[in-house]
Amino acid sequence: MKVKLEKSKAFYDVYERKPTGDKTVVHYCPGCGHGNIHKMITEAIVDLGVQDRTIFVSPVGCSVFAYYYFDLGNIQAAHGRAPAVGTGVKRVHPDSIVISYQGDGDLAAIGTAEIVHAANRGEKMTVIFVNNAIYGMTGGQMAPTTLEGQRTTTSPYGRSPANEGYPVRVAELINALQAPVYIERTALTDAKSINKTRQAIRKALQYQVENKGFSLVEVLSACPTGWGIHPVQARQWIKENMEPVFPLGCLRDRGAEIPASPLEPRPFVAEGLHELLDHPAPGAEEERAAGAPRPADPFLGSPRVKVAGFGGQGVLLLGLGLASVGMKLGRHVSWLPSYGPEMRGGTANCSVRISDEFIGAPIVNQSDILVAFNRPSLEKFEPDLRPGGMLFYDSSLIDVSPQRSDIVTVAVPATKLADELGNTKAANMVMFGAIVERTGLFAVADVVRNLGSFIKLKKLIPLNEQAVERGGAYIRSLA
Amino acid sequence: MAKTILKGNEAVIHGAILAGCRAYFGYPITPASEIAETAARYMPRVGGTFLQAESEVAAVNMVYGAAGAGARAMTASSGPGISLKMEGISYMAGAELPCVVVSIARGGPGLGNIAPEQGDYHQVVWCGGHGNYHNIVLAPNSVQEMSDHAMLAFDLADRYRNPVFILTDGAIGQMMEPVEFPAEVHAPPAKEWAIGVGERARRNVVSSINLDPDELEQQNLKLAEKYARITEAEVRFEEYRLDDAEVVLVAYGIVSRVARTAIEALRREGLRVGMLRPITLWPFPAARLRELAERPAVRELLCVEMSTGQMVRDVELAVLGRKPVSFFGRCGGNIPSDVEIAEQVRRRTARQGGGR
Repeated sequence: MKVKLEKSKAFYDVYERKPTGDKTVVHYCPGCGHGNIHKMITEAIVDLGVQDRTIFVSPVGCSVFAYYYFDLGNIQAAHGRAPAVGTGVKRVHPDSIVISYQGDGDLAAIGTAEIVHAANRGEKMTVIFVNNAIYGMTGGQMAPTTLEGQRTTTSPYGRSPANEGYPVRVAELINALQAPVYIERTALTDAKSINKTRQAIRKALQYQVENKGFSLVEVLSACPTGWGIHPVQARQWIKENMEPVFPLGCLRDRGAEIPASPLEPRPFVAEGLHELLDHPAPGAEEERAAGAPRPADPFLGSPRVKVAGFGGQGVLLLGLGLASVGMKLGRHVSWLPSYGPEMRGGTANCSVRISDEFIGAPIVNQSDILVAFNRPSLEKFEPDLRPGGMLFYDSSLIDVSPQRSDIVTVAVPATKLADELGNTKAANMVMFGAIVERTGLFAVADVVRNLGSFIKLKKLIPLNEQAVERGGAYIRSLA
Repeated sequence: MAKTILKGNEAVIHGAILAGCRAYFGYPITPASEIAETAARYMPRVGGTFLQAESEVAAVNMVYGAAGAGARAMTASSGPGISLKMEGISYMAGAELPCVVVSIARGGPGLGNIAPEQGDYHQVVWCGGHGNYHNIVLAPNSVQEMSDHAMLAFDLADRYRNPVFILTDGAIGQMMEPVEFPAEVHAPPAKEWAIGVGERARRNVVSSINLDPDELEQQNLKLAEKYARITEAEVRFEEYRLDDAEVVLVAYGIVSRVARTAIEALRREGLRVGMLRPITLWPFPAARLRELAERPAVRELLCVEMSTGQMVRDVELAVLGRKPVSFFGRCGGNIPSDVEIAEQVRRRTARQGGGR
């Protein structure tokens, strides 16, 4: 029987992407484990028939050049970010097979957050974690998995738990999370352990092909150059020194519990997009009341409005209502809130502008109309009203009188009137009715007709309608 | 389409989805969170991905992955979050990946505050990440432009395979205005270079590594040539009442809106003042500013910003001493008022002997 030895089809025959040196051999040092692991990955991919859909995420570390060798889609990630990059790939191509291939510095130091959260989300990817207890590429510095007492260029006196803490056990760490499907730690020391590693990598990829979820295989692997020992001794060193700290074995295998499902591409939805985005149908507005009567005072026809009060009094909604109804009537409008902490319990205010022309500054520093729902707001903003401007205030909540005599003051017991309607929260809409009735900015009927444009809960519309009408009626009762 | 009233932070997602973006990766931060919230609401409805990442760093690297895989992908944040995203943005510039990043600037440095500022101009326009690269930077000043620029941003990103920023401030992000969406809907273009599923995609590599100094030099020169093409073709700006202007205001974002109100008031007083508003901050409308500076009527350029003076350096570089360039700024979260800006202009015209 003739045995033909050949490279896996998922490797390039000649490594054309390698810029220098012999293009038929890899750049890894003698005795390095990456070569073995690369081979196991390619063989599994070819056997599973997924070469055309596999995307290999290269990390920063010695395997940064994996794209020289793998005849697979390749994307090179920033240091530690391979699980995040893999997430981006997998989410837009759920039918791809994503391999995040990472070393110990990459995964367990700078990329700790990315691996923990990708595992916790159960990203349907395969992570191959090569643990050699040292930074290989940068020249033998301490890794999070460096053993206690192990000398490296940045732990020249040996890793001291008092200074650098203890080796991070990644497989155990990931095993604390609920989502992962398969977690196993293997080693590359002898024929038996190499075979176990091959099986583990194959299983992790098989599970991804079956669309089952997140897998991580941690492989204890030699770095003779970084460790400064002979390749043959290096394999023994793993057995004697690493395995006691990083015990081998399967920590979790829930593959049998999860039914296989097909890998399906994400369809691109373009139909009915405007409807899905809640855009108004064409012609839904266009009731432009160009000829509608306007207040005689041009400032009140194109007012700069400030609405202020406590958070929760519906201050921002009243402002939005003014802007929304203005828009529906074909006016230029803007609404700018004070935002941030004020929204959570303090005072709230917003600037509203309604105009027949393009609005420059949306911020209202000097106002034509001030609406105050509490005393601090009255005191703060009353000085900013222009002479002749109009002040509306909730006289059921504010027990002081406005100070200025050069403005028009309209006291509206908005909260009391809202209480009479059965809901204190409608005070803002009572005030809305009073404002439009008193200024002539819009008709009360304009507001009532357009309540749905800014009140999203339809069941609240009848109450708000009553409130707006009540505010308008109150103003008429004063005449 | 009929108009609808939205926040700038909402409109930018509507525009992005209409432009064919189906992948959003982000992290909450005031005053940009409504962008993530809007994406969270609509991306699943349109068959897209919304993912709240564990960090800004992870979010931008997810964008890197999605963009490398050929999708129109985006993220958004504000100052401190944008600082964290710089890593991924440099990698995307290096790997020539198209993507859109929205920055809703707030008060800094450090934790600063959440009120609007323009102190991140240097960070975004002059690129806070490492290496020789440029972002294309759009500067919307209205809710309508937040939507329009999202669509433009994805087109520019794909046309040049380059990160595109939408840089604006908390005020434009938070304010609501009517916005009208175009009826037509875009599908992302096919990307021959992207990784993905299929025999052809298998041949592709997305990477920014190049160990050979000569090759990396060539790659940098290729990028520089691309940036020159962008500078040639993509400068955008808006002019307001510049015909006879003696004082030229230069402002972007919310400040350009306030400046417009100031100009209206000054014009009523008979003062000849106008404004150039850069719409692209990079490439910067330097050639146009130079032309304006060469007009005999123009006496001075006044750059108004919500910073201690950042864009003003670009204005100075454009004008190269042809006319005086001065600066007026508020910062820390304060927006200059139209009254303040008008007063600054009056002082200058008075000093120069009247504006009539």
